[in-house]
Formats: sequence, structure tokens, C-alpha cells
Amino acid sequence: MTSILLALVIGAAFGAVLDRIGATNPNWIGKMLSLTNLHLMKTILLAIGTASVLMFAGQMAGLVDVGHMSVKTAYAGVFIGGLMLGVGWAASGYCPGTGVCAAATGRKDAWFFIAGGLLGAAAYMVSYPMWKAAGLLEGDKLTLGAIPGADYPALTTISGDIVGIVMGAMFIAVAFVLPERLRGAGQAVAPAE
Amino acid sequence: MVLNWKSGGVLLGLVFFAAVLLVKPIGVSTQFVILDAIIADAANPGLITATDEGFTSTNAYLAKSGGVYAKNAMNPLNYSFVFVLAMALGAFASAMARGGVGREERRLPAIWYANYGDTPWKRYGMAFLGGFIVLYGARLAGGCTSGHMMSGMMQTAVSGYVFAAGAFAAAVPVAIMMYQREG
Repeated sequence: MTSILLALVIGAAFGAVLDRIGATNPNWIGKMLSLTNLHLMKTILLAIGTASVLMFAGQMAGLVDVGHMSVKTAYAGVFIGGLMLGVGWAASGYCPGTGVCAAATGRKDAWFFIAGGLLGAAAYMVSYPMWKAAGLLEGDKLTLGAIPGADYPALTTISGDIVGIVMGAMFIAVAFVLPERLRGAGQAVAPAE
Repeated sequence: MVLNWKSGGVLLGLVFFAAVLLVKPIGVSTQFVILDAIIADAANPGLITATDEGFTSTNAYLAKSGGVYAKNAMNPLNYSFVFVLAMALGAFASAMARGGVGREERRLPAIWYANYGDTPWKRYGMAFLGGFIVLYGARLAGGCTSGHMMSGMMQTAVSGYVFAAGAFAAAVPVAIMMYQREG
């Protein structure tokens, strides 16, 4: 029961924040990906950095349970799938989470995105054996540094906590350094709501 | 108006941190598979079957990793599925609290109108096609923008960086080609 309560609270908070930062608005996504307004990019980079620093600092201090980490396997299909997701993300302006949220805010196109998504996920369920047989799903749960208390294989022998804090700080720094726009002239145009 | 990137970024970061502090990293795209499995099992009973240890399926993807997807589809009141439903509720409440999304925007986003005119059905077709590619890609990759890009990179997972590199390498040129007018 506690876990359902946590799902409700954290899930609702996540949905609300995605809405408030513009991530559920395809105009903001389109401008971010076409590099004409990077406001949302700065938001996301700062979020990754903040979460990373807090998590690894918390683990160093013994306040955060390392067992809660869940590192995904790195394999060739991650890159191929990433490319595919990128194409659809740019074309539709939605990714899985923001599509669900946008549909809830009444955006009609987001409902079509979800319908297409359910069909796409079903198509993957059916074609999964092919990818598996091709060996494109094989890999390891690699991390950049060796994380104390976890047995993930690491690319380096540097302390994973330190790497996490340094990488987090870098994400935060990039968020600050990144300009308002990389393409186009003048002030970045704020998308319509 | 959206939140300033500094306050918005810190808030979003706190949500991702709270998730890993209290439960586990955030992820979304698996739940599309779970909903598919629930629908498919209702239409075609026997897709998912109980075993001594839990559940399995005639579909290899649902049966993988000890049938964990099959199990979650049979018990939809689990953390990850409820999480995604709660996201929708949170976004709805948040949008309502700031006055709601405008009627025109709900029908057709401004960036589409600026580039392709008043063609809502073309937009819906593109959203459908986009959704198909996004979820196929996310399942092939084993995660999406939430699970790989944000949760992955915050944990220094190599898979997160590999995924983000692929996603942006494709998304940026496609967005530049498709949405030349800023709207």
C-alpha cells in the first residue's frame, strides 16, 4: 500500500512539474530540438545535474540507499532505439511520459501519439525475438565510475560517487553556459500555450 | 508561462531525486507494454498464464526476465503502472491550476500551424506515426527520455549517454527540417 501511495505522490509531482516546465507542450519541444529556444534544455540539464549531485552525495553520506539505483544495460540496440525515439520525438513533439501528460491536459494530438505508441510497443513485443537473435540486446550494466556498495561493472576504477558528483556539476555548469538559442537570430521566441 | 529554467530545473531534479531516494529511478515507456499486455490478454485469454513461481506468456517479450512484464500486467495496481496514471493526474491538475491549455492549442499546436497551416488531421497522423516510432525505439533501447536519458545519466549509466547521443543525433536534424518556422 505504501508503494501505491508513493507512486501517486511522486507520479503526480512528476506530471505537474513536466507541465510547469513546458515539457508537455510540443511547441517547446520543437523549439528545443530545432535549437531555436534552449530554455527547456537548460531546465532538463539542471534537473539531471541536481538529481545526480543529491543522489551521489546522499550515498556518500549514507543517507541514500545504493540499492535503489537501477542501471540499465548498455547494448547496440540502445543506440538504434535512441535514434528511432529521436526521430519520433522530433516529429511529434512528445516522448512517452510527456505524451501521457499532454493527453491529460486535453491536447488532442497527444491521444493519437498514445495510440501510435501502444501499437509501436506491441510491434516491438512481436519482433523482440528478431533483435534478440541478432545479438543486438547483449551488454553490461556499465557505469562511468565504480559505485561503492553496488556491483555494476565500471568503465574506470575512479570512485563512482565522485564521478557522479563531478558529472552532476558539469550538467549544472552546461545548463548555465548554454545560450538561449543556437540557431536563428534575435531574442528566442517563447512558444505559444 | 513556464517556470524559469532555474526553479523548474531544481524542481524537476528534486522529483528525480525523491524517486530514487524513496523507491527507484523514474521510467515510463515499459507501461505502454503493460497496457498492451492487459488489452491483449483480455482479447486473447491464455496469452499470460500463471506458473508455480509467478507468470509467463506465450509472447517471448512478456515472458523475459522471469515473466516480470506478464506479472505486472496481471497486477496493474503496481508502483510503476500507478505512477504513470498519477503523472496524468498531476499534469491535468497543474494545467487546470494555471488556467488550462487554450482551445486552439488543444486542437492544433502553434508550431504545427506555423509550418503546415490549419491541417489538424495531418498533425494527428504525424503524432500517431511519431508515437509508433518513439515507443518501438524506446522498447528496443530498454527505456525512454525518463528512464534512459534522465534517470540513466543522473546515475552515470553508460546506457543513458549512449541513448541520449542517439536520440539527439536523430531528433535535432529532424526537428530542423520539419519545423523551420518558429511559430
